[in-house]
This record gives sequence, structure tokens and C-alpha cells, in this order.
Amino acid sequence: MTEAAIRADGLGKVYRIRTGRSYGRLTESLSNAVRAPLRSIRGLGGTRNEQFWALRDLTFEVPPGQVMGVIGRNGAGKSTLLKILAQVTEPTEGKAVLRGKVGSLLEVGTGFHPELTGRDNVFLSGAILGMRGSEIRQKFDDIVSFAGIEQFIDTPVKRYSSGMYVRLAFAVAAHLDTDILIIDEVLAVGDMDFQRRCLNRMSEISTAGRTVVFVSHNMAAIHRLCEHCMLLDHGRLLTSGPTSQVVRAYVEQMSGTAVRSRPQEAAITLEQVRLTRNGRPEVSFSNEEPISLEIEYTVRDVVKRALLGVWFSTIDGTVIMSAFDTDQFPQLLQARLPGTYRTEMRIPPGFLNAGSYQVRVVAYEHPKHVYDDRDDLVLDVADPSGESGTAGWGYRVGPVVPRFDWQMNGQSEQNSTLSPAADQLGRSR
Amino acid sequence: MPERIFSTIHDAAVDMSPVLARETIIRPRPGLSLPRLDRPRDRAELLLLLAWRDIKVRYKQTLLGATWALIQPLFLMVVFALFLHQLAGVPSGNVPYPIFVYAALVPWTFFSQAVTGGASSLILSSNLISKVYFPRILLPVAATLSYLLDFAIAMIVLVAMMFYYRVPFTAGLLWLPALVLMMVLLALSLGVWLAALNARYRDIRYAVPFMLQGLLFVSPVAYSAGLVPHRWQALYALNPLTSLFEGFRLSLLGSGDFSLPGLALATGVGAVLLIGGLVYFDRAERTLADII
Repeated sequence: MTEAAIRADGLGKVYRIRTGRSYGRLTESLSNAVRAPLRSIRGLGGTRNEQFWALRDLTFEVPPGQVMGVIGRNGAGKSTLLKILAQVTEPTEGKAVLRGKVGSLLEVGTGFHPELTGRDNVFLSGAILGMRGSEIRQKFDDIVSFAGIEQFIDTPVKRYSSGMYVRLAFAVAAHLDTDILIIDEVLAVGDMDFQRRCLNRMSEISTAGRTVVFVSHNMAAIHRLCEHCMLLDHGRLLTSGPTSQVVRAYVEQMSGTAVRSRPQEAAITLEQVRLTRNGRPEVSFSNEEPISLEIEYTVRDVVKRALLGVWFSTIDGTVIMSAFDTDQFPQLLQARLPGTYRTEMRIPPGFLNAGSYQVRVVAYEHPKHVYDDRDDLVLDVADPSGESGTAGWGYRVGPVVPRFDWQMNGQSEQNSTLSPAADQLGRSR
Repeated sequence: MPERIFSTIHDAAVDMSPVLARETIIRPRPGLSLPRLDRPRDRAELLLLLAWRDIKVRYKQTLLGATWALIQPLFLMVVFALFLHQLAGVPSGNVPYPIFVYAALVPWTFFSQAVTGGASSLILSSNLISKVYFPRILLPVAATLSYLLDFAIAMIVLVAMMFYYRVPFTAGLLWLPALVLMMVLLALSLGVWLAALNARYRDIRYAVPFMLQGLLFVSPVAYSAGLVPHRWQALYALNPLTSLFEGFRLSLLGSGDFSLPGLALATGVGAVLLIGGLVYFDRAERTLADII
């Protein structure tokens, strides 16, 4: 039986939240050191601060050659786990053993310095990521051609466009030749073409037999690249197993069944917010079906001028569209009466492009008075035909893909075989 | 307690030993230890690259480039010669004052620049520290080494001055490499402390300039160590820079208030500072990414 490539045992990481100053005060630490020197040396510290366990009791194994996805809400501890595996930060308890050479990509462009040329930065970044000088020299031409910036390799990087920068940075990272790769949402940056190349490259890497740990919010990428997944929540491992199984668990978690305790004095509270298909909670939709957003809310007092707003953003945080229940029911602006309500918003099929979106629902009075807010909903749209995708695998690009009305006129020089009802082909004058 | 120390050493040995399939063990490391260095050859390459990066970035787009390396010591030399020597009458023994002070200013300039650079090395590379692993000790070491270029240029000017003032080249010059090593290690010992402290307590960087200002006058740069009254000599020699600068003078110019007991004291103090600094740095490194 082969040994696991990565084995973690009871990993835990605690952060101390200081109330007040975020940087330490020398006098405080010195007086602690004097009063309790041994404790100070052991690193326990004497100040009273709140403790926040970013990771707790995490135990898992990744066999060699497996691509393990790590998913979970924001704040679940995914990035902390990666930082620990990448040895960027030390765990507070537990142990992890990694067999093989480890490379980590927690950001695009690690080690790049704007004043240096592309060539210099390739060497610098490569060395920082762990490549030997000889290795970089050997791969240099491949890296530059992968990035497609041969002409500009000797100009300072500060002159590059953001696209060039990101392509070069990724090109260096893409040539990392390690047994184990730790990757954190590198795909969230860059334009669609770039994201597509990232995904393709990562596909290649995973099929080459390397062990990969991959954190992402992009369910499409997770489905495509990872055979297995881990679901984290509040620093703990909820479940792990085959991707479809774990994503289903994630969906159920995200469908708003968690009860949020809200201060009772809010005039409107959102009891449940979830995406549904035929009444059943869902997170992944095909772009050929309608998408429903169900909101259950309670109104405690009569409120005027309140709106239920829904915002959709792409994974990188760009808001792409918004909708309000008052669009359909303007009378609600006059008054909402106390009671419990359920409202459903329907997005028609073929409207949203394939990709992952974040959905935020807010009950508020414009512009600033917020009654309640839910922003942890994730919507995943897939396109079975492969034509479209914000992940850039097809030609239909952009977050929305409406079918507009096209009018055409003109005369064909040959006899047209089209029916008179159809517009004729031809060159316009 | 002894088992704890032993297990720490044992773990350090296991962590560093290259196992057949290279194995990385990640676990909390309580207690005290020195910074670990895995894959020394690769890290040496990275160290040189980081130092080269610092040099290149420092002089890019500057008008005068590396000549800035000269201006600081020469300027101070002129100021001291005019105000401390001519005006205030500070003696320089049997050597002309300008070269007397310059011989100490060259290592002093390296020391103060390397300490300043080292102190800010972690903060300046905070984006690296929070994203990728490499032994963080490389950063202050690279910053320190990068000033050796400036030092070399200033030394060339010193040699020119030796010709000008007709100072004979003696066998004492053979001690220069050892003195340069001492200079680098002393700068490192202070730089490493400050780097770790500065990452944690951001007000340290305000203390550095005036601390160095103080050190400039507490050390025998503008004056000779012999000027210090006899009863304070021992205390004065606790400053390792005393032996360093007088050593430079003795080696280059043939006259300096250098003594072997002073050197022994300097080595002792320097070693304590350096080892203490490395241990503190290692402790701070563990949670560096969380606070930087």
C-alpha cells in the first residue's frame, strides 16, 4: 500500500483577535516577559484576547496523484489550511506530513517586482517558488512563449498591462515541477482567455499524476478537475469523498437552512433564502432551465419604502445585475404589513451565462437602512452544450447571454432560396 | 525539561535530514530553536538572487546610480573634518584627519545601511511572506549582503585616498577579510533583531535612525578610542563596533587603538547578540505571516 502524499492529523490553528491596536506594543510584551518569563518563551502570551479557531481538529489523507478540492463558505478555513500546508504559517496544534517536493500557488505573481524586467522576474519568481536556477534557464523559453510576451521580456514589469503581467506570472507557476501542488483560487483573476488557459493547464497537471490540493469557489472548475473533495465549515471537516457527493452536501449547506439569529428588533427579517428548482433547493443549474430564488421573510411592524433587493456578482466580486420585488409590486413601497411572506423570483432559462455567481439578498430602505442581509448564497450555472461560459470555454461570453432580436435587410445577387418571410442574405449597399 | 530540549533537537534533525522521498513535516514548534535551513544549495541561490534584486531595484532609475554609495561617507568626512577636527580640535594621531575618519566611515556606512535595510527587509517583502515559504532569515541576510557593493566602491575610494596621503600598504592589510567578516556579522546581528521586532512592533522603525545616530557618536568613528578616559575604557569596549573600527584603522593605516582584550569582548558581545537575534527571529518567524 502506498503512503499518502499528504496526511494531516488533528491540525488546528488559532488566531488571537486583539481588541484595539492591531500591532503589538513593545511595552506590553516586555512587561509580560518580565512578569512570566517562561510562559513568554513558550509563546503562550499573557494578554487576554479573544481566540478564533480558524481550523480545528482537521484530519485527512490525500493519496499520491489525487486532485483534492477544498470547498466551503467564506471563512470556513480553506485558505488557512492551504497556508499551513504551504508552510506560510505554523499550525497551533496537530501535524501534517507531505511526501515529495511541494510547490504552492497562493497568488499570481509571487515574487514579482515592478521595477525589474520580465526576464529578471521570471528568475526571481521561479527561485522564490522553489525552482533551481538551472531549471529556470532550461524552461525559460517555454515560459515566455506560454505567456506570449516574447517582445516585452526585457521591459520592466511595471510597464506591462495587467493581462500580460498575469500571463507571465502564471506561466512561471505553470512550469513548477513538483510532486505536490497547493493551489488557492488563482483562477479568480485575469480575463476569460486566461482563465481558460489556467484551467487547461491545471487539467494537464492533474493528469500528469501530481498530487494537487485545490481551493475554489468555482464549482465548474471543481467538478472538472477534482475527483475528490473536502467540505470545510467553521474550521472543521464536515465531509469528504467523491466530488459530486461533497458538492451536494455543500449545496444543502448553502440553501439557507441554517437559522440566523437576528436581533429581534429588526422590522424585517429574512428567514430563509434559497435557490430552488421545482421547489427543491439547488445550487447547480443548467442554463436551459429557469432558476428560482425563494425568499421567506417576516415583517414585524409596518414599514414603508422598504425593498427586497437581489444582487448577482461574479466570483471576483463584480456586481452584474440587481432586481427588486418592488419592480413587480410597487405598492409594497407604500407599506409592508406585518406577517410572514414567501416571494419567488424567477430567472428565465438561457439568460445567465454558465459560471459561478454570488447572490446577495438584502431587505432595506434605500440607501442605507438595512433590515437584514444574506450574502452567502452561491449559484452555479452549467452549460451542457459547451457554447458559453464565464470560465471562457466557449464563444458566448459575458455574464448574461440574452438572445436579442436581429433584423436584416438587403438583396441577394443570386436568387435566394429562402422563404419570403425570412430576411434575405445579401450585401448591403 | 531535558526531554523537551532533546526532542526539539531531535525534531530539528529529522526535519532537516533528506529522507529518500523528500518528506516535509509540519507541526508547531514550541520552545527555542535556531532558524532551519532546508535545501542549502537552493537557498544560497535564492539568497544571492534576493541580494541582487535589492541592488538592482535600489539603483534603477537613479541619476547617479552607485555613486550614491560614496556620497554619504565622503560628505560626513568633510563635515567631521571641518567641524570636529578644525573647529573643535579633535585629534587624529599621526595620520591626517580626513583619512583617519574615512577609514572608520566606510565600515560605519555599511553597518548603518545594512542595519536599516535589514530592519525593513521583512516589512518590504510582506507580500512574499504571506504567500510562499522560504526561510525568512534570507531576507535580512540578503539586505545586508546587498550593501557590500556600496562598501566595495567606498573601499576603492579609500585606497585612492591612501595613495594621495601616502599611507604605506602594510601587512596589516591581510586582516581586512577577517574584519569585513566581523563587520558583516555585527550588522547581521543587529539587523536580524530589528527585522523581527519591526515586523511585530511597527514603531521600531522610528527608533532605528536615532539609535544609529547615537551609535555613530558612541563608536570611535569621528574620534579615536584612546580619547575615552581610562576608567570608562572597559565599558566603552563592550560596544563591538569599537574593536571593529579601530581594527580597520590599524589594518589600513597602521595606527589604531585596537587591543586583543577589546577584541575578545567584542566577539563575546557580538556572538551573544547574533545567536540571541537568530533565536528571536526564529520564534517570530512562526507567526510572521499572521501579523505582517
